[in-house]
Amino acid sequence: MNVLGKLLALGTLSVMAACTNNDPSALGGGAGGGANGAIAPGSPSDPRSPAYFQQTIGDRVLFAVDQSTLTPQAQQVLQGQADWLMANPDYVATIEGHADEQGTREYNLGLGAKRANAAREFLISRGVAGNRLTTVSYGKERPIEICSTEDCYSKNRRAVTVLTGSTLG
Amino acid sequence: MMRFLTSLLLGLTILAAPVYAQSGPLRLELDQGIIEPLPFAVPNFVPDGPAATQYANDISRVVAADLTGTGLFREISPEAFISRVSSFEAPVQFADWKAINAEALVTGAVSVSGNRLTVRFRVWDVFSGQELGNGLQFAGTTDGWRRMAHKVADQVYSRITGEGAYFDSRVAFVSESGPKDQRQKRLAIMDYDGANVQYLTDSAAIVLAPRFSPTGDRLLYTSYETGQPRIYVLDVDRVRRTELATQDGTMSFSPRFSPDGRSIVYSLIQGGNTDLWKMDIASGQSVRLTNTPAIETAPSYSPDGSQIVFESDRSGTPQLYIMPANGGEATRISFGQGRYGTPVWSPRGDLIAFTKQNKGRFHIGVMRTDGSEERLLTSSFLDEGPTWSPNGRVIMFTRETQGASGRATLYSVDISGRNLRPVRTPDGGSDPSWGPLQN
Repeated sequence: MNVLGKLLALGTLSVMAACTNNDPSALGGGAGGGANGAIAPGSPSDPRSPAYFQQTIGDRVLFAVDQSTLTPQAQQVLQGQADWLMANPDYVATIEGHADEQGTREYNLGLGAKRANAAREFLISRGVAGNRLTTVSYGKERPIEICSTEDCYSKNRRAVTVLTGSTLG
Repeated sequence: MMRFLTSLLLGLTILAAPVYAQSGPLRLELDQGIIEPLPFAVPNFVPDGPAATQYANDISRVVAADLTGTGLFREISPEAFISRVSSFEAPVQFADWKAINAEALVTGAVSVSGNRLTVRFRVWDVFSGQELGNGLQFAGTTDGWRRMAHKVADQVYSRITGEGAYFDSRVAFVSESGPKDQRQKRLAIMDYDGANVQYLTDSAAIVLAPRFSPTGDRLLYTSYETGQPRIYVLDVDRVRRTELATQDGTMSFSPRFSPDGRSIVYSLIQGGNTDLWKMDIASGQSVRLTNTPAIETAPSYSPDGSQIVFESDRSGTPQLYIMPANGGEATRISFGQGRYGTPVWSPRGDLIAFTKQNKGRFHIGVMRTDGSEERLLTSSFLDEGPTWSPNGRVIMFTRETQGASGRATLYSVDISGRNLRPVRTPDGGSDPSWGPLQN
């Protein structure tokens, strides 16, 4: 089932990728026109773009307090990331592990590393080559939400897959 | 026996030998709990000419501020003075000082010749009319006047308490500016009281947790300048830094010097797992000290170098453990409610300061090395990262306030839990490391 699902997902992706590949040439390389419903390359609607990876697939997964285990929801997002990375082999990624501010600086550095590593191990288990995936822990040094309530904390307890390299365009 | 202490930085020289009053009548016993601060008077030191006037006034004020800042002493306002001290050599009118309830009196004189500054001072027990210790003189350059004032205050503190002091010391810390999600961090160093801030790095990369070497000549710190957290050592006087040869392709952080300054203990992350390692600085050789799937970090040596206290979540929550300095079986010492982190062994060896998180609050606390007699000294939204004063009487730490406008500030507190005070820095401050008394 899992394998089938993965194949299906990959199939869908590659079909979409093929379509978008054609779009720029069809438009004669016209820069970002977007006329007639065409997909602007590099835009969030271009399935091969980092923006698509970031916004449509989702570049981050969230964790419970003090935890580095992946929730079913996180696994689903990471499965999408794995599929995308398999379909776009020119990209490499750095997975950033983060923690909320409730905890000491040192402990949170260790916790961020565990979170980044959990995401990395999952991606590898789904076929992404390990040498394409590095990790870094920021502990509590780089929150994205700065209020001091659980609503913000939950968004800061994250592992973010940042595409760091590509030979494309 | 004459004792010469010299400083290359300032050319400070102690020209007279300090003779401590071993059983003077005036004595604050710090272990008995100081409830009522001891009243003292510091009439402005007597200048030898117009060039010395400003220095004399400023030095007197710094001496008074050092003593008052301990919470152990209370300055009597100069407005209450009956006597004027216009000559350092003239006999002290003890009756005039008794009348305003001064128990200790510090008199001094300042002379300036070119850029040379000389400070002489005496400490008096007003009620017995006796001098505490002998008169002493410091000489140096005029731009070192604050250090000379701190040295005078150190002598006063030591002669009255019988303990080591801490005023002529420096603190390394991380200077912070900007909101929490765009925080700019720079490594900085300053006098213990927040004066003379000097920046050691720019804010291009995140820098964390400087740690002084035992003699104060070097700082260990963690920087993200390569993109990964890695440990660097910085020569304080030359502001020259070197990356330490921890293993390639890994993250390392939370370093601390051994008491002999020759090796460091630190956290290394491999495959997402954080363990403790020790490195010989000269050879660059590292050996593993812990090997568990838990997060093990924040190591700190006992003053004799035989043991290491650290933080581990091997039990499920972060707790404090002590192990032999070469690794081996670790003994858990924290058993109270909540989570414990960042343990730091006191310079006296008897206490461990720590950060505690319990029921949504953070505390700085101390416990004995067997975990007994836990005492929480502070409570706030976020207190963390204690560091000890050179004499083991005061703890400095980071306090971060809540919410979008949250800001990090350095605070200090007496180990009795009294005298909680902010340490003024130009911007925000975090991760203090209190260096040794300077020579």
